[in-house]
Amino acid sequence: MSELIVNELNCQRGYSALFSRLSFSITSGEILRISGANGSAKTSLLKILAGLSSPESGSVAYNNHAVGSSEYQEDIFYLGHLPALSPELCCQENLGYLSQLQGDNAGDKVRDALIAIGLKGYEYEYAANLSAGQKRRVVLASLFINKAPIWLLDEPFTALDSDGIAILEEQINKHSRSGGICILTTHQDCNLSNMRTLSL
Amino acid sequence: MHFNHPSGLQFVQYEDALAVNIFMQTLARDLKMALRNPSSFLNPLLFFVIAISLFPLAISPEAHTLSNIAPGIIWVTCMLAVLLSLNALFHTDYDNGVLEQMVISHHSLPLLLLAKITAHWLLTGLPIVLLSPLLGAALFLDSESIGVLMLTLLLATPSLSLIGAIGASLIVGIKNSGMLLSLLILPLYTPILIFASSAVSQAQYDLSISAQLYFLASILILSLMGSPFVSALALKTSLE
Repeated sequence: MSELIVNELNCQRGYSALFSRLSFSITSGEILRISGANGSAKTSLLKILAGLSSPESGSVAYNNHAVGSSEYQEDIFYLGHLPALSPELCCQENLGYLSQLQGDNAGDKVRDALIAIGLKGYEYEYAANLSAGQKRRVVLASLFINKAPIWLLDEPFTALDSDGIAILEEQINKHSRSGGICILTTHQDCNLSNMRTLSL
Repeated sequence: MHFNHPSGLQFVQYEDALAVNIFMQTLARDLKMALRNPSSFLNPLLFFVIAISLFPLAISPEAHTLSNIAPGIIWVTCMLAVLLSLNALFHTDYDNGVLEQMVISHHSLPLLLLAKITAHWLLTGLPIVLLSPLLGAALFLDSESIGVLMLTLLLATPSLSLIGAIGASLIVGIKNSGMLLSLLILPLYTPILIFASSAVSQAQYDLSISAQLYFLASILILSLMGSPFVSALALKTSLE
């Protein structure tokens, strides 16, 4: 069974310690919700898990591959606050490039993913012309293509309407049922099975 | 010893093919984005042409004077035009979060950056090389010196993009950082400026220019080998 192990993580911003000696592990099929007030370092923790920033001390590893190694990076999908879309490219081009970066040669799956997330008819629309919720959906469509076992989602429900939230919850549940790991932060109530909560 | 194993070899070839693929995809993406927003790369080129065409008005329209100062004028203006274009190299991808995805991607970050730098050169350096004979002729450079001017530009503009990328990756995320970028990059550009403009000046007097060309070529090789790695390191630090 695959396991993501976080061991004795310390994170500091400026002079203040955001969290110290944080340890937890999460096995395949589990969903972990990180909860906490604004400024409680939820995003910082996700960034450390994604390999975007490094902790003061401590280690993160998945199947004995440390964060930052090519094997670990291949196993994660990270969605941050920013849309990760270029305004000059259309939805299909944006999503195609994103999945290339994540190592999936999506091809035809890009169109199917856009339809699945509810953006039928928007395939050739420039990202500049989309609303915040639609932009969010384009990036979330990656979840229909991506084969990474670990999903790190920072506030994935922001800007989504109730339909979008339902599609996303269903996709996360499906990922967990097929043995994937999902770590997410959200302030909204969500309908996810097999979910644990970690309070920071 | 997986290199000797037939399947291992296939695996290595597959990885290579993936690397070439993501390089080409990134290059094509950047070119496509620039062509859809042409002002991003046309502005520095317009600056290059306009700034050079102002010198004859301000100094003297006389052929002898202009041809004497032409190498310096063209090279300084070229450098400033490249500097002008560098701000945008990583800023848009940083602002919209694509850079984050590049950093955490399992693909080699230096390779992705090299693709972006190549796109930058194709959109800035190469057009400058192609415009230079026209501007050289306007400043009364003889045809042989124009040839040398093009050669120095062809050898050195890739170095300008490569070295510039280091500066651009250091300032990514800092607001209004144009001045900082100039301070970081211009000192590194000066050897190129000195060797390139002296090569063109020497060519005007039929002197040997091989030393300058060797220097420019060695700077190009050094920056090609170092810059993608240093830029990747700088970007990771800037994003933390």
